[in-house]
Amino acid sequence: MSPRERKTPLFQRALVNEALKQSIIKLNPRILVKNPVMFTVEIGTAVMLVVCIWVLAGENSQGSFAYNFTIFLILLLTVLFANFAEAIAEVRGKAQADSLRKTREETPAKVIDNNGIITTRSSSQLKKGDVFICEVGDTIPADGEIIEGIATIDESAITGESAPVIRESGGDKSSVTGGTKVLSDRIKVIVTSKPGESFLDKMISLVENASRQKTPNETALTILLAGFTLIFIIVCLTLQPFSLYANTPITIAAFISLFVCLIPTTIGGLLSAIGIAGMDRALRANVITKSGKAVETAGDLDTILLDKTGTITIGNRKATNFYPAEGISEDDLIECATIASLADETPEGKSIIELAAIRGFRHPATLGSTADLTLGLPQSRIIKFSAETRTSGIDLEDRSIRKGAYDAIKKLVEKANNTFPADIRNIVEKISSNGGTPLVVSQNNKVAGAIELQDIVKPGIRERFERLRKMGVKTVMVTGDNPLTAKYIAEKAGVDDFIAEAKPEDKMEYIKKEQASGKLVAMMGDGTNDAPALAQADVGVAMNSGTAAAKEAGNMVDLDNDPTKLIEVVEIGKQLLMTRGTLTTFSIANDVAKYFAIVPALFITSIPALQSMNIMRLNSPQSAILSAIIFNAIIIPLLIPLALRGVSYKPIGAAALLRRNLLIYGLGGIIVPFLGIKLIDVLISTIL
Amino acid sequence: MNTEVISVILILLVTLALAIPLGKYIARVYAGESTFLDVVFNPIEKLFYKFSRIDSAQQMTWKQHLVALLTINIVWFFLGMLVLMNQGRLPLNPDGNASMSPDLAFNTTISFITNTNLQHYSGESALSYFGQLTLMFYQFVSAGAGMAVAAVLFSALRERTSDKLGNFYEYFLKSCTRILLPISFIVAVILVFSGTPMTFEGKDTITSLQGETVQVSRGPAAAMIAIKQVGTNGGGYFGVNSAHPLENPDFITNSVETITIPLISIALVFALGYYLKRKKLAWMIFAVMTVGFLVCLIPTIYLEMNGNPAISRMGIDQTTGSMEGKEVRFGSAASALWAILTTCTSNGSVNSMHDSLTPLSGMFTMLGMQINAFYGGKGVGLLNFYIFIIIAVFISGLMVGRTPEFLGKKIEVREMKIAMLVFLLHPFLILGGTAMSSYLIYLHPDYAWLNNPGYHGFSEMLYEYTSASANNGSGFEGLGDNTPWWNISCGIIMLLARFIPIIGPIAIAGILAEKKYIPESAGTLKADTATFGVMVLAVIAILVALSFFTALALGPIAEYFSIA
Repeated sequence: MSPRERKTPLFQRALVNEALKQSIIKLNPRILVKNPVMFTVEIGTAVMLVVCIWVLAGENSQGSFAYNFTIFLILLLTVLFANFAEAIAEVRGKAQADSLRKTREETPAKVIDNNGIITTRSSSQLKKGDVFICEVGDTIPADGEIIEGIATIDESAITGESAPVIRESGGDKSSVTGGTKVLSDRIKVIVTSKPGESFLDKMISLVENASRQKTPNETALTILLAGFTLIFIIVCLTLQPFSLYANTPITIAAFISLFVCLIPTTIGGLLSAIGIAGMDRALRANVITKSGKAVETAGDLDTILLDKTGTITIGNRKATNFYPAEGISEDDLIECATIASLADETPEGKSIIELAAIRGFRHPATLGSTADLTLGLPQSRIIKFSAETRTSGIDLEDRSIRKGAYDAIKKLVEKANNTFPADIRNIVEKISSNGGTPLVVSQNNKVAGAIELQDIVKPGIRERFERLRKMGVKTVMVTGDNPLTAKYIAEKAGVDDFIAEAKPEDKMEYIKKEQASGKLVAMMGDGTNDAPALAQADVGVAMNSGTAAAKEAGNMVDLDNDPTKLIEVVEIGKQLLMTRGTLTTFSIANDVAKYFAIVPALFITSIPALQSMNIMRLNSPQSAILSAIIFNAIIIPLLIPLALRGVSYKPIGAAALLRRNLLIYGLGGIIVPFLGIKLIDVLISTIL
Repeated sequence: MNTEVISVILILLVTLALAIPLGKYIARVYAGESTFLDVVFNPIEKLFYKFSRIDSAQQMTWKQHLVALLTINIVWFFLGMLVLMNQGRLPLNPDGNASMSPDLAFNTTISFITNTNLQHYSGESALSYFGQLTLMFYQFVSAGAGMAVAAVLFSALRERTSDKLGNFYEYFLKSCTRILLPISFIVAVILVFSGTPMTFEGKDTITSLQGETVQVSRGPAAAMIAIKQVGTNGGGYFGVNSAHPLENPDFITNSVETITIPLISIALVFALGYYLKRKKLAWMIFAVMTVGFLVCLIPTIYLEMNGNPAISRMGIDQTTGSMEGKEVRFGSAASALWAILTTCTSNGSVNSMHDSLTPLSGMFTMLGMQINAFYGGKGVGLLNFYIFIIIAVFISGLMVGRTPEFLGKKIEVREMKIAMLVFLLHPFLILGGTAMSSYLIYLHPDYAWLNNPGYHGFSEMLYEYTSASANNGSGFEGLGDNTPWWNISCGIIMLLARFIPIIGPIAIAGILAEKKYIPESAGTLKADTATFGVMVLAVIAILVALSFFTALALGPIAEYFSIA
């Protein structure tokens, strides 16, 4: 689970109250008919109500009014419990969605027209294609893309992450989300969707919408449960002529109790709660899903494509070593490298200064203000990286320092009729073959030495891939690096495969190839050029910071922009399916004990021999029937926490997982009701 | 250990030892590979194809297979009605037996084409030799048709995506010629040399030790008895089936006949393993079936060898076990073995009176038929088992955190619908039929159907419908079943219970075969593990127990507790 997951208690008072109200509204048969199992229980409840009235009117073959009325109440409670389970899952999802929606309240928007005239409008009046301006302190009124400028933005309202992010026009970090706040600078944004109809809005409404579509697997499971319900309709209906033949009158209350106990009410009552809770868990992990099916599919994934940078390695390359050329001291090299990197804003450049500091060299400029562009080096001239020379550096009064790739510096050095030292050439080769990137530093067109840049594999990522492997998920690293470097990092990180020198089409090709062999593939992306691959993938997770096209193409959006989120998504999917399976097993296994409680009770008066089947030694036929249906009712609320949290997933291989769940929920499902029914029977007989 | 028990164990071990190589042979036959019998059968089969203008190379979809199956069955139905209702006028009738009544002919024809062989008549007095031979033909073709659909299942389960599932007529013909015929021939020869008649002459007359003359029925019995056992048909030549001294003369023939009851059904499981190159899967299926079978068998042998407590109380010695309704030459253990085998495999032949089994043994014979997948009938046993696998896969697939899949194919809404429908049918027919007849008896206590009142009478009705719905054909007997009500209701049940459980699984397998094949990964539920075997067994036990528990409680269980 995400460390940023908002931990809320399962049952908050306000939510519970709302859920209680909903569970009564859901008694409406037109709503309940979608759940065949609980619908039949409701019919049984109605029949019991009629029986109660019948008994009040003087009928005496059906037992006492109190007994019949108690059965009626317990059945009603059973339906209410099931409704409550669904309602609590819904209101929790809704509460979560509301907290997201709060960020999208009405805000003034400074709309700018073609003539540059700014008018202030309410965010709800924005149209697609409108352009607005946001300055320091403004809340962004709608989702859009930056068309001009760069800004630091506080996205904590959505991601819960307090560190501000940078968004700028052009490229893949141009998307802004409504409700976030501009912290610095000024941006011009074009509206990509009308407020309230943005991709995010649509998905939020999906999470909270009660009329959500059943997923295919949910439908298939409903059929299985309807089948089991039908079986027991047959069993109970045929029991009537059997009892006539055997001269054993059976009361209507006993028939209905037998029926309700045997049909899978536990899973039937919890099924939709499980589904909603799955989407809700995704939401809590800050992943918004377009459909419940996407979450299910996530559990089935066979292959996931992960970008190297940011997912497998920490951000960018880092300097890890200095190698001075012959005749040059390490201190000199470090000094040169630091000076040349002072103005270098790239992560690589910064990492060189960091490494130098670790080695004990701290340039005065790094201590002072970065606003001083002379860097405490008067008469210096900064040479920016250019595509032409492929080097960067600094010119001082008496020296000119450059750093760059091996061949760029080699060209520079040889142009000045200096030779490139052999020892540095060897070091450059060694660095490359270790998966690193060499940078060469020159001073006055002579080689001073080399800097080794290495990708730092994220701590713990290897274990996560191992976990995925045990789940049967293959990981593929996508990188722009050359095959040699890619292979090295792939081995170090423990991924199963890699795509080196990857172009956007390569991702698409790989996905198609995997799908052709029947596999389900997931990928994460943010750029517009990722959009086709995101659409092709079975699960495409777009980063919220990504372009609108990417978000439209994927079927999930990660609000945290966390590239490792895919791994969590897989686990959420598996958890959802497992919870369904284990509770179905539990529900069906429960029937064994219920049979042993009710069947002897049905026949005890006319066939005393069947008393031997009353292995629980229940007190009386009436208490046996009551105990069974009370157990049947209260097991539903007892399992609500499990349904909402999900059964914990352990990557121990399918066979071991099945063994574990069979023991807990299968064997447990057989034993627990024996104990529970006996306990309730003891309680009932002491009360009565 | 008791010699009777040792002989039971030996019989089972020999069966297994024969079934494995036979399975390998069957897999070769269905895969179209060469076998040592090609020399004999290639020319014969070519003749068949030429004569009937069948192109055996034409690949069929699952729907075409089912159309072919239903077509040949309709032809057989009309042919059977025609022969049985007119046999009195037709040749080969030396004993002058009469034609059948329409309702009995209806019941009998359906009974034989559905591989049920429920017999509401006695063969020696109700059938001409021509009628017997016609029924013998049906015993071959109904078993062959069942095996052919199993071959379709094999073809559908392969690791690929295709709608081409082989040729039905080829599977059918090969099942009859290359599998059923050679085995039946061997069994028939053993029977002939042990004293079973094989003649077209009419009744023989002998003088008994008391000096009376006795008319002894005979006929082409050995051939029919062989296929009756081999094809899990069970329709005996004589009324009392394999309890008859000419149908099953001694302990040796009894052992041979016992072995042949489950032989092909078990061999088909191993054939599946060889055919799909998934031997572990075959062993898993075999193990689940065997555990289930033993759970029925062991208590039955124990109960039968210990006798009936009600008789013990009368002071009668029961050291040889409960011998009421059993043949002395077989003994209680071998009779119990036969009773459980014949009900588990949908065979239905008997060598003892099931009505006389102790109550719980009676329950285990019924359970065998209600599950109908512990080895099961020729081909159809595997199809029934397949349905249980689909249900088990669905639940356990979810439990490992994936949407369910079996052998690389996803199980979705459509397959679940069909699987549940097929699963529901069996309890629906059995409980529904029993409920209707219970109600009729309640309304008309004067109907002289039941030889026994109370729980046992209920068991008789329950057994009859269970037997019809399981396409088993054995009778609890003691039931006056040659009446229009029983003939027609059982006839309809046999038809539905034969064809829907064939159509359903073949449809599922066909739909799955067209789906994309998903390769296995570490997260995939493997179907060939012991854990999954336990799951399948649990699904079978719980589902079937839940469906039939109330009925069994009112019949055999109530009877057991009342005489204990």
